[in-house]
Amino acid sequence: MALIDVSDLHVRFGEVHAVRGVSFRVAEGESYGIVGESGSGKSTVLRAICGLAPISEGRVTVAGEELGRRRSAGFHRRLQMVFQDPYASLHPRHTIDRVLSEPLAIHGFDDREARILRALDEVGLGRGFRFRYPHQLSGGQRQRVAIARALILEPRVMLLDEPTSALDASIQAEVLNLLDRLRAERGLTYILVSHDLAVVAHMCERLLVMQHGQAVEELTRADLRARAARETYTRDLLAASEGYRPAESIR
Amino acid sequence: MTLLHVENLRVTFPTRQGPAEVVRGVSFTLGRERLGIVGESGSGKSQTGRAILGLTPPPGRATADRLEFDGIDLRAATPRQWRGLRGIRMSMVMQDPKFSLNPVMTIGRQLMEAARRTASRAEARDRAMAMLEAVQIRDPARVFGAYPHELSGGMGQRAMIAMMLIAEPDLLIADEPTSALDVTVQIEVLRILDRLVQDRGMGLVFISHDLRLVGSFCDRVLVMYAGRVVEELKAAELAQARHPYTQGLLNCLPRIEGGRRPLPVLTREEGWAL
Repeated sequence: MALIDVSDLHVRFGEVHAVRGVSFRVAEGESYGIVGESGSGKSTVLRAICGLAPISEGRVTVAGEELGRRRSAGFHRRLQMVFQDPYASLHPRHTIDRVLSEPLAIHGFDDREARILRALDEVGLGRGFRFRYPHQLSGGQRQRVAIARALILEPRVMLLDEPTSALDASIQAEVLNLLDRLRAERGLTYILVSHDLAVVAHMCERLLVMQHGQAVEELTRADLRARAARETYTRDLLAASEGYRPAESIR
Repeated sequence: MTLLHVENLRVTFPTRQGPAEVVRGVSFTLGRERLGIVGESGSGKSQTGRAILGLTPPPGRATADRLEFDGIDLRAATPRQWRGLRGIRMSMVMQDPKFSLNPVMTIGRQLMEAARRTASRAEARDRAMAMLEAVQIRDPARVFGAYPHELSGGMGQRAMIAMMLIAEPDLLIADEPTSALDVTVQIEVLRILDRLVQDRGMGLVFISHDLRLVGSFCDRVLVMYAGRVVEELKAAELAQARHPYTQGLLNCLPRIEGGRRPLPVLTREEGWAL
């Protein structure tokens, strides 16, 4: 049975119909990608799953439990999110220690000291970072803190919203490797949203291409590698991700 | 023909710990071609571009042994000379149209303001409309009367490019001109820049963090690290890069074809920054 089942999801913000009937299933331990350009509704799908955007129509089930308006603390513990901009997602006046102890306090975890130290070690930051402030950290280090904050609650599912697009290429590689290793070690399930096909191809076994709030098509990693896209839009995306080609060679 | 000579360019900012040199002796020449400058954040690539136009933000200071545009010594240029160059013979396109367009002026007025420097009022209007068409805006009349917030990112960036090109500059410095755009729009904007280089013989300095994009778009590439050019090579020969930093940057990118897992990471050596 699928761990996450999204069926015919619609999200409306007033007049704006941001997501128009999207369905997909993600199995336990799988890494699933959502690709699209700005305004395609890919991040909104993620936000609807974790409760930051309203589910206007359709159903979202996680581990058999249908998600309504109110969600249990247990749900939020099992499903954690990492946001795009590591500069905006950490409180500028809280130390890393405070950032990491807050979720532990909310969910009533014991043994907080050891958990914080372990989380810092796991994301490769080390204990020396514990009492620093976000402004003393680089973008890559901040994103590691954001991952540690999500991980510290021992979730089963991580929702990753463009986790590396604000980072330099060399730092991106480090963060992707970290996410890959954590998934293997802990059997996590990922839904990763990105505009970068190469990142998704590297991280995810299956992916959904979105445009204008709708699903264009679902592909496997093998389809992507074989350039076996059925829809024109996906083919355009694939061509664009190869880099620039002068106009003549296309016609 | 050489349009721009840069020799031993240095940009320094005073800090509490003493002066910090962010560009440390960059030299290159530019003809009527597409020159890419790539590097990661903090490598000094943007400050290099700004220094060429004399736009180093105070209290920063730019010095050079030679900084010459079409025979004009830019180091000694008077404010009057600068006014005759910037926006007319040399222009700059910045990364994000949201922050570089005036939010309370229509696109048309902003375009005409740029055109008026070299044309009469009536002519400026025609040139503005023609330029909007040239950057592949399908409905130029609507965009002409629109405010920046009424346009999408891709449209805004095209309007920016139209504005910078309206005076038909000889040199364009484009600082991450397509990084805020979707990939499919990105290709269209590059095509516009490409045509200007081919048809009008403009010189283009294309500053970007995206090695793959620069490699496929430019003729020549400078790779910057810690304020220095560590390698200069032909874009077509990027795959044969010799410097370990360039190789590392290329290798750490994930590929659709896949293969390496974990991705090779870049190990920086102290010697690179010396």
